[in-house]
Amino acid sequence: MPLLPPRWRLLLVVLLAASLPIVAGMAWLFLSGTFDRVHGLLPAGPPALDNWRFLWQPVGGRPPVSVAIVNSLVFAVLVAAVELLVASMAAYAIARMSFPGRRLYLGLILVLHAFPAVSLLIAIFYILRLLRLFDTLTGVILVKAALELPLGIWLMKGFFDHLSWEMEMAALVDGMSRWGVFWKVALPLVRPGLLALGTFALLSAWGEFILPYTLIISSQRTLMSSYLQTFLTEGYADFGMVAAVGIVYAAPVIAIFLVGQRYLLNIYGGGVKG
Amino acid sequence: MAEQAVNVARVPLPRRRRGGRYLMPALFLAPATVLIVCFFLVPVVTTLGLSLTDISTMTFRQPRWAGIENYRVLLRDPFLGKIMANTARYVALTLLFNVGVGLLLALLSTAVRERYGGQVRALWLLPRILPPVVYVFIWQGLTREAPFGLVSDVLGVSRNWITASPWTVIILANGLVGASFGMLIFTSAIRAIPHELFYAAAVDGATTLQTVRRVVLPLLAWPILFVSAYQTLSLLTSFEYILLLTDGGPGFYTTTVWALHAYKLALQNYFGNVQFGLGAAMAAVLVVIGILVSLVYLRVFNFRALVGEPRIEVN
Repeated sequence: MPLLPPRWRLLLVVLLAASLPIVAGMAWLFLSGTFDRVHGLLPAGPPALDNWRFLWQPVGGRPPVSVAIVNSLVFAVLVAAVELLVASMAAYAIARMSFPGRRLYLGLILVLHAFPAVSLLIAIFYILRLLRLFDTLTGVILVKAALELPLGIWLMKGFFDHLSWEMEMAALVDGMSRWGVFWKVALPLVRPGLLALGTFALLSAWGEFILPYTLIISSQRTLMSSYLQTFLTEGYADFGMVAAVGIVYAAPVIAIFLVGQRYLLNIYGGGVKG
Repeated sequence: MAEQAVNVARVPLPRRRRGGRYLMPALFLAPATVLIVCFFLVPVVTTLGLSLTDISTMTFRQPRWAGIENYRVLLRDPFLGKIMANTARYVALTLLFNVGVGLLLALLSTAVRERYGGQVRALWLLPRILPPVVYVFIWQGLTREAPFGLVSDVLGVSRNWITASPWTVIILANGLVGASFGMLIFTSAIRAIPHELFYAAAVDGATTLQTVRRVVLPLLAWPILFVSAYQTLSLLTSFEYILLLTDGGPGFYTTTVWALHAYKLALQNYFGNVQFGLGAAMAAVLVVIGILVSLVYLRVFNFRALVGEPRIEVN
């Protein structure tokens, strides 16, 4: 609102009070990872290096944490790469080329964007088995990238639509191929879009739980989400150590959050699924 | 836009082969089409197909046609009513929280200095971008018994709050994530209101509350409807946080919703033999609802305008 209400400071206090649970949760995670015991938000023991023992020794029959970290990194990076490439190619075709069924394709993308893809999980499990991609990182990467494609295509199409056509036209007239124009002229111009979709895809893939949990069973191919989840279901959990695992797992996300809050607000303010 | 694409086709290109006009779009669309067919379209058909077979762990290789048997079994299930009631409760209460808190956050954060408002909005994104497993673990930690759990401390009653009042925790945990969606959409809707309206209201001597009620809220009706519609569909099929928080318990089906039950029937080896076909039948119901409702949304909301223009202003 353009007019500050007379008592806006009071409203700010209300707003901050409402946001306290989030702050408390983050504080609890860091305190629990750092100290031996935490009562509420108060450390009740000395700082405990022992919480971090999972870093140098495997815990209770689990693979070393490095395996899960590397798998998660590979997973997130490849999902983002596949998504960026495939979505921008399709978006470019939709934004710049004319072909029969174009409107239908666009309509399909829109419907799929609203459609809750998680309801297809049971069938996807079955299909991955038929394709012999069950329990492989390749399989989950393809599924994750595919399920986010409607969003990606729609987002990238918007960016291509906003480009003026002159540059590409000039390149085409000079004899550059359509692929060359896409790769060398159009893509560099939509870098902001690629950055936005890439950030979203990385964050979303890094946190992804239900797909790898369902579609991967080998412990050698476990991701951080499943690795951490195995601690949550234990009857007796060492909260200090699990919090330390959580800190390691959440660290890249928190780093991105601290560096680019405004930027994230813009990304998630767009048509991103909620 | 469509006009643009037509113009493109009319541009005389130097090297245009016969048939080349459709070859290029086909090449550019091929990877996306393969992925969408494999992991959207085929799964829709597969879900419906599997729901009509007796496929289970024992018959995974050679499932037999069972007609609508799975759906009959489903209707006879004595717990179906409980599960449907749980689903309705989960969707309705979470939605109420999401929209209510989202609205409140949008109104408050636009009513204070933008510097602070922006930071609070960013803070509310944190639950959304945090890995769900970490997020749920934090909830587990905060809801433990005294002296460990902060909630027990604050309330002065020592409980494991996830088992003591599972629904409250589920709805709050989902709500803190979901509220940011409405918050962001409502914020940009509030920002889009012409400033003259606020000045006019101020000149007429309206209080802040009156301005909100008579000027802002009526203009937010459409975004509120959109957020409610959109989140109803995603909540109906979501079960991730419930799976992680309570796994449908404590006890028998206490917090089991439709989507979670389908998932467990089909994919979790609970009673030794997973009933894949029965789970598929439950999922098929969601898939059909999902398709129908998405189609309706596309018509009603002119999706083009709402999620259409990606509102990403990257500086």
